[in-house]
Amino acid sequence: MNDLTQGLAEAVYRVVTLDPELVEITLRSLQVTVTAVVIAAAIALPLGAWLAVTRFWARRYVIAVLNALMGLPPVVVGLIVYIMLSRSGPFGVLGLLFTPTAMIIAQVIIVTPLIASVAHQALRDLWSEYHDLLISLNTTKRQRIATLLWDGRRALLTACLAGFGRAIGEVGAIMIVGGNIDNATRVLTTAIALETGKGNFSLALGLGFVLIMLAIILNLVIHSLSRTERSNLW
Amino acid sequence: MVASIFPLQMKEASVKRRGVRLIGPIDLDLGAEGLTIILGPNGSGKTSLLRLMHGLERPATGSVSWATTQSEVRMHQAYVFQTPTMMRRSVTDCIAYALTVMGVPRAEARLAAVDYAKRVSLGHLLDHPAGVLSGGEKQKLALARALIRQPQILFLDEPCANLDGRATKDIEAILNDVRAQGTRIVMATHDLGQARRLADDLLFMLNGHVHEHGKADAFFANPDTPEAKAFLDGQIVE
Repeated sequence: MNDLTQGLAEAVYRVVTLDPELVEITLRSLQVTVTAVVIAAAIALPLGAWLAVTRFWARRYVIAVLNALMGLPPVVVGLIVYIMLSRSGPFGVLGLLFTPTAMIIAQVIIVTPLIASVAHQALRDLWSEYHDLLISLNTTKRQRIATLLWDGRRALLTACLAGFGRAIGEVGAIMIVGGNIDNATRVLTTAIALETGKGNFSLALGLGFVLIMLAIILNLVIHSLSRTERSNLW
Repeated sequence: MVASIFPLQMKEASVKRRGVRLIGPIDLDLGAEGLTIILGPNGSGKTSLLRLMHGLERPATGSVSWATTQSEVRMHQAYVFQTPTMMRRSVTDCIAYALTVMGVPRAEARLAAVDYAKRVSLGHLLDHPAGVLSGGEKQKLALARALIRQPQILFLDEPCANLDGRATKDIEAILNDVRAQGTRIVMATHDLGQARRLADDLLFMLNGHVHEHGKADAFFANPDTPEAKAFLDGQIVE
């Protein structure tokens, strides 16, 4: 209990004083996570919509695999990305290991199936509602996908926020491919892991509270900007 | 000059779902003029016949053909569903959508949409979300969305089901205008009064078959079959 109150006090102190280390780590966390979610959304949302409007023999299996990949173990993803980006790996020449770019790659791999799967479930329902109308209006597949993405944008926002939540709290993969290097690849979650390892629980908790607040504030801002609860019939 | 898609010819056409025949075999010719009412009790196959004509259903047997290619036909027909689909957009954008998917620039489509919304008395609801409209307003929106494409043929599936008298009167007035402008209309209903008010010719469906097809006046004055006579007398026909 003492650790908790100390952690909360530590968090408040560091936020109020705009502790440079905290600001740097927080900004890096946001940079890595937001970039990863944007890239993952650019892949996953059209994929989810395409799966909703397209019928092919392996569709059911693709959806099952996608759902299974939602639970992809981050440590395994980190390990695979590490091997691919290490000196002896196929992409070693790019020199990306232990950089924020490597962390973004790992997060994109982790988050894409989650966003695609949630998006597919939301758009599948919308497609069953729109099916006859869009067929009747003689729309092309591209138009159908674009229509579902636009009209389902609020549900898709939730899918992206779920992806953001998974990515910002991720530690296993980015620890492996980022290395938790001070001033280079240290983010909130890896910093928490480090401070916990050092027995510095109050600082670790302080960073944890900042992480939670960050996730809540970003969700609130996005929901507020997109008026999710105000015009739900749109 | 746009080429006419008529006549519509159905030869031995049937619709099956999971091996069960829903309608047919049906032989039918439809010309370019008038308002045809498809009349019949619930489950007689009215909706399936409309969907088959429109191309939403593929014939399991026989054929459905028009005078032009399928892609040309699709451009020149429109369908109003019994329960209209309201997109998650404003009234204007819902109507404009039918044009933008045909390649019309968005600004131009929105201008036309405003015009069509006014024609169906939705001019005061242009920026409202389509989802919050009343049943009658939704049907009017669906009509405007269909009419904005200036179809040669308009299919309507019980457009006045669940509407009150005033809303029904509004819809019928719009349909009469549309017919007067030369649009071919095929409409399913089980409302005898509406059929009497609107029909030029009439298809009486029963158990998935076209039981009678002819001029509306003749049908109402002297139906050929005892089932049609019983239906007109208000008896339950199965």
